Amino acid sequence: MGTLSPGAAAPQDSELDLGALLRESHALEVIEALDRELVGLAPVKTRIQEIAALLVVDRARAQLGIAGDQPPSLHMCFTGNPGTGKTTVALRMAEILHRLGYVRKGHLVSVTRDDLVGQYIGHTAPKTREVIKKAMGGVLFIDEAYYLYKPENERDYGQESIEILLQVMENNRDDLVVILAGYKDRMDTFFRSNPGMSSRIAHHIDFPDYTPEELFAIAGIMLERMHYKLSDAAAAALREYIGLRRARAHFANARSIRNALDRARLRQAKRLFAGQAAGVTRDALMTIEADDIRASRLFRSDASEGTT
Amino acid sequence: MMSNHGKRITQGQFSFLPDLTDAQISAQIEFALSRGYAVNVEYTDDPHPRNTYWEMFGMPMFDLKDPAGILMEINNCRKTFPNHYVRVTAFDSTRGWETPRMSFIVNRPANEPGFGLVRAEGPGRSVTYTVASYAAQRPEGERY
Repeated sequence: MGTLSPGAAAPQDSELDLGALLRESHALEVIEALDRELVGLAPVKTRIQEIAALLVVDRARAQLGIAGDQPPSLHMCFTGNPGTGKTTVALRMAEILHRLGYVRKGHLVSVTRDDLVGQYIGHTAPKTREVIKKAMGGVLFIDEAYYLYKPENERDYGQESIEILLQVMENNRDDLVVILAGYKDRMDTFFRSNPGMSSRIAHHIDFPDYTPEELFAIAGIMLERMHYKLSDAAAAALREYIGLRRARAHFANARSIRNALDRARLRQAKRLFAGQAAGVTRDALMTIEADDIRASRLFRSDASEGTT
Repeated sequence: MMSNHGKRITQGQFSFLPDLTDAQISAQIEFALSRGYAVNVEYTDDPHPRNTYWEMFGMPMFDLKDPAGILMEINNCRKTFPNHYVRVTAFDSTRGWETPRMSFIVNRPANEPGFGLVRAEGPGRSVTYTVASYAAQRPEGERY
């Protein structure tokens, strides 16, 4: 022992089954579930598959003794408009990285500026360190990361937090993965003022907005989980609603759809009460009618800038 | 404890063994975390056996999933107090226990002079005994 040259751990030309390695890790199930349950997001899914492939190849290389001394850097940045699934994907990402053996525990610690930055001098460093310690062995998800840096106040404590994060991202690479998330334009400004942060993040993943068709599919999945269904007329009304809602201000993709469905449930309950309180069928309890959706303020011709 | 075999103080777990490596410390902490204990790092330069309460290095660490964070704190403490005793304690908050369940030394001064036996003459030629640390006779911070 002791003087093994690289590659001597196994015969030079031995063959490894990459597919078997991937199956062994059970990461495939999570990736497939992600593919099935998340609508659209093609660039995101491609990147996740690439990362999974990289980690499997890395493991194969390690088995043959040709691994480099540095594990790949997997810090990521998720950019995209509200409601495009950044947090959901981050949760799945933690699970995938855990199954592929990149992080030891696979939990997700989700924080915002308030959890990292203190209120007085000397408060920030311990606070940030505490969060980092909690995230070790898993994924640290920093939502709205651009709030960490406030250019208008040069004495803002956010900068201190960023410096500690940078140090940990470099030195404790095998202990935790940092994922930053936020709106595209504001994250771009954030990276421009913190070039160190930008260069330490290998994967910039952009979450595209959903098309109307994808939003409709998402609504279908949400209703299925809530054990509701749409009547045919209601389905047509919902398509129309999505078209109108997308054009409005404060449109938050899947989140807006969920809110719309919640309001439709409210109206359905009210309608059931008003109409047939004596005898309701199972079917009536499950069905959302066109009227429940068309009652939305969006359908009124004199609709103001409200969102309901 | 008083005889100071091999010039090493024996307090807590594993103290008759050679110093634990970082990997062994991690494995012990992993066990503590799996049982839901809160782990903290403490230090002192007065290792008298009756000195139960050592200084805490930072806050106790709740809700950690992985020993890496605690190991980081241990190494910080070792760097700050290279010539102090540093120990790791794991506190069990389960009702009925509510006490440290684990405690072991992870850092020692380079030279441990140990304890001397002190005899005090009492009334009627009776003698009472106690121990005194050679190192603790100097002021705090200059002991090791």
